[in-house]
Amino acid sequence: MKNSEPERPAHGPADASCVEVFERLSEYLDGELTPADCAHIEEHIRDCPPCVAFLESLRSCIRASHSLLAEHPASRPLPEDVCEKLKAAWQAALQRLGA
Amino acid sequence: MTMMLPDANGDMSRCTPGVHHPHAGTSYDGKMADLESPEVEWARRLLAGDAGAFTPFVESFQSKVFQYTWLMCAQREDAEEVAQDTLVKVFESFDQLRDPRLVKAWVFRIAKNYCLMKRRRSVFAPERELSLDELMPGPDSDGLALAGRVPDQAALPEAQMLQAELGHELHAALSELPESYRSVVLLRDVEELTTAEAAQVLDLSQDVVKQRLHRGRLALRKRLAGYLNNEGGKGV
Repeated sequence: MKNSEPERPAHGPADASCVEVFERLSEYLDGELTPADCAHIEEHIRDCPPCVAFLESLRSCIRASHSLLAEHPASRPLPEDVCEKLKAAWQAALQRLGA
Repeated sequence: MTMMLPDANGDMSRCTPGVHHPHAGTSYDGKMADLESPEVEWARRLLAGDAGAFTPFVESFQSKVFQYTWLMCAQREDAEEVAQDTLVKVFESFDQLRDPRLVKAWVFRIAKNYCLMKRRRSVFAPERELSLDELMPGPDSDGLALAGRVPDQAALPEAQMLQAELGHELHAALSELPESYRSVVLLRDVEELTTAEAAQVLDLSQDVVKQRLHRGRLALRKRLAGYLNNEGGKGV
């Protein structure tokens, strides 16, 4: 997969090594691969523009999911009687703990 | 309810290319965060009897649980009821929270159970499986050449409008995901639980969480790519 390999076939969805990378991109982005697996992917994408492009698009989508979906919709404040119920339950739990 | 530590391995020998967010105490790297999140600190103080932590804890989790349920069920009334029921259960069983570091997974586990009771069907029985084959880009599709077309939130001149459109599209795409994938994406990418925490919430192995997360993300990416392609000349 080095630049010195001029005969390398075109990368893309039909390339088995690209498919292998495709299947593990989330783990790669999440830092959940072993250093050896991580190095394997990085070696591949160093010379594979389609996989780099896909990786970046996936990364962008993850960031968009976080930033756009994490905008908490407003919920109505809890009724006062519910708050009192929560406090009473908490106090009872503390008593059981012997706090 | 007693919970195990999210990740007993403590494996630090992972590479971290990462999709990190600047929120304290959270990360996408699947490990316990080094910094203690505010929720953990509030839980620790509540266990010590500190009433000053009560309101921020309630407000934070009411909002988080409401959002999770709202995105899972798409029913505002249900979401508010589940958030309320969850908080009641949390405080009724607060003495069972053995380790404050586990508070997020513990609360979301309770919320998930109430969500299931509300919907009366299991998130563990997906309507359909997402296969990698259907998510793999074709040679002539949006496919592998999509990079750069998903808008960078800060860089575009039409950023606000595009953000709103993208947010709408993301909500639509999320609602179309099978529930078992949707719940994993929400817990991992929105609520920022670790893989281990999400696995505990959903009673799944970490491998299954990883698999569903990847396929869920791919489905969202694919849906988003189609939207962006249809928008054509926007150049995003």
